[in-house]
Amino acid sequence: MAVKSKKTRIGDLIVAFLCVIVILVCLLPMVNVLSRSLSSPDALVRNEVLLLPKEMNFEAYKMVLGDSKYTWSLAWTAIITVIGTCLSMFMTTICAYPLIYDNLKGKKLINAFILFTMYFNAGTIPLYLLLKDLDLLNRPAVLVVPYCLSVFNMIIMRSFFYGIPDSLRESAEIDGAGPVRILVSIYLPLSTPVIATLSLFYAVGRWNGFSDALMFMNKREYWPIQLLLYNILNNMTSLEVATQEGFTKPALSDNLKAATVMFATVPILMVYPWLQKYFITGVHLGSIKG
Amino acid sequence: MKPSTAKPLPARAHKSLSYIRRYWTLYLLLVLPIAYFIIFKYIPMTYIQIAFKKYSIVQSPWEMPWADNHGFEYFIKAFSNRDFRLALRNTLMLNFLDLLVGFPAPIILALILNELPYPKFKRLTQTVAYMPHFLSWIIISGMALQLLAPTSGLINIVLNRLGFKTIPFLNDPAHWVWTYVFLGVWQSCGWNTIVYLAAITAINPELYEAAEIDGAGRFRKIWHVTLPGLRPTIITLLILSLGRILGSEFDRPYALSNNLVKDVSSVISTYVYAHGIKGLQFSLTTAVGIFQSVVNVIFLFAANALAKKFGERGIW
Repeated sequence: MAVKSKKTRIGDLIVAFLCVIVILVCLLPMVNVLSRSLSSPDALVRNEVLLLPKEMNFEAYKMVLGDSKYTWSLAWTAIITVIGTCLSMFMTTICAYPLIYDNLKGKKLINAFILFTMYFNAGTIPLYLLLKDLDLLNRPAVLVVPYCLSVFNMIIMRSFFYGIPDSLRESAEIDGAGPVRILVSIYLPLSTPVIATLSLFYAVGRWNGFSDALMFMNKREYWPIQLLLYNILNNMTSLEVATQEGFTKPALSDNLKAATVMFATVPILMVYPWLQKYFITGVHLGSIKG
Repeated sequence: MKPSTAKPLPARAHKSLSYIRRYWTLYLLLVLPIAYFIIFKYIPMTYIQIAFKKYSIVQSPWEMPWADNHGFEYFIKAFSNRDFRLALRNTLMLNFLDLLVGFPAPIILALILNELPYPKFKRLTQTVAYMPHFLSWIIISGMALQLLAPTSGLINIVLNRLGFKTIPFLNDPAHWVWTYVFLGVWQSCGWNTIVYLAAITAINPELYEAAEIDGAGRFRKIWHVTLPGLRPTIITLLILSLGRILGSEFDRPYALSNNLVKDVSSVISTYVYAHGIKGLQFSLTTAVGIFQSVVNVIFLFAANALAKKFGERGIW
């Protein structure tokens, strides 16, 4: 390549500067909340905490970890995230795999049947009434089952399966392997990238799940962490609600709120950078229509 | 296994049968997913009729009596309800502003990232820019409440120290709207660049070389090569966004709203939650949901038809 002209180098610097701004805008809010969670409540009240913690202490974290309400909610959210992700991956796989067989009888009909639900859905209230009639409201399963299969993710998986050469399947068929055998011993081992991507998508969806729990789950012991967090962040600001809900303690200090935010965030933030190289291809596959 | 009594089947049907006999496991695999779609997607569609009927807790939707005004009672009620009209207006307003600000943002960021000549730095920027996408709106609202608080928030502390007045980001309707839009960009801009960056890598590098030989600088290359290369992607995503103009997320407005800004933060999804699930007005809110779905589908078709008219591929 030719030596870069001065003009280009200045342009590169401007671009790099813009990227630094993007990084700061995305990262500073997190840094601020982290610092608040590590600062003393007094320093927060005096508005001294900007980007570094003041009078650093771990009291808020100790309180969160010592409160069974939080720890159970975190554990419960982890449980429904794991169960939900496994169930979703199972459903997505068994839905996507048969549809790559080109001469599957009725394939067009099945495809149309599935895709229609992507463009038209009945809405919240019909789903709510259905769950009520099925007696699923306020049962733990309601946090996992109604959303266990996403058409969009199924299409991503199907596109990925399409990319695996047919000849592999054909030679296995000649050796006498049935479709399920071929799925388990050829397709799944070759599909690590898409399995990683979709597992991440489903897991993030469950971990961040809020509205389904708000609408369908009244039992506090089954509240996932996001719903608990929402109530902590909002109820505590209003004394009226706080007393109504039976909290005798004064409003939660800001550093405790910050610590709970950190607890609900960190698990996801630890995972996604490692899966980044996979989900980039995943999203790209999803943008190509099936 | 020869059916001795059955009449010989026509050749085609016979072929189908032997195919199904050979690949019956494929159909077995599909049983659960199809049951899922029937139960959780199609059966709820039968409940749609309660929008046209007098809801009764003891009857099935098929048995409920029709509502007044040829069944359209609840649609009329919805549109004469101030809260619903407000929610409708807010949904349109917030989605339109989202589109206006949020749609071009990832395109610009993708162009910037594409111009960055240092691969490792580019990867770092991407990783950090994707981060907000993985945070729930509850967490983002928690962070926003802390960062943007009038007296104790980082932003207002800095503004005050620089000699500016305090801005009531989340407590004043006009400021709330823009904060809502900006937080949306913050959350999704980085993530939405993925598709554009992938489309950019598919652009033929010879086009850039040719442009360079013609003496094109950085901006002319972006304008004459990169942007035209992104055109199909931009149009596809624009169609999908237009199809959602009356759609509404729930978590974002619900998490960010508070009593001071109710007049601008109430949208259709939060209206349905408040009046349907909490207020038990099932017929009314189902009618609202149908209205929303139908308008969305109309917008999607219209945008798609428009795209095709301009010679683009569209989404189907």
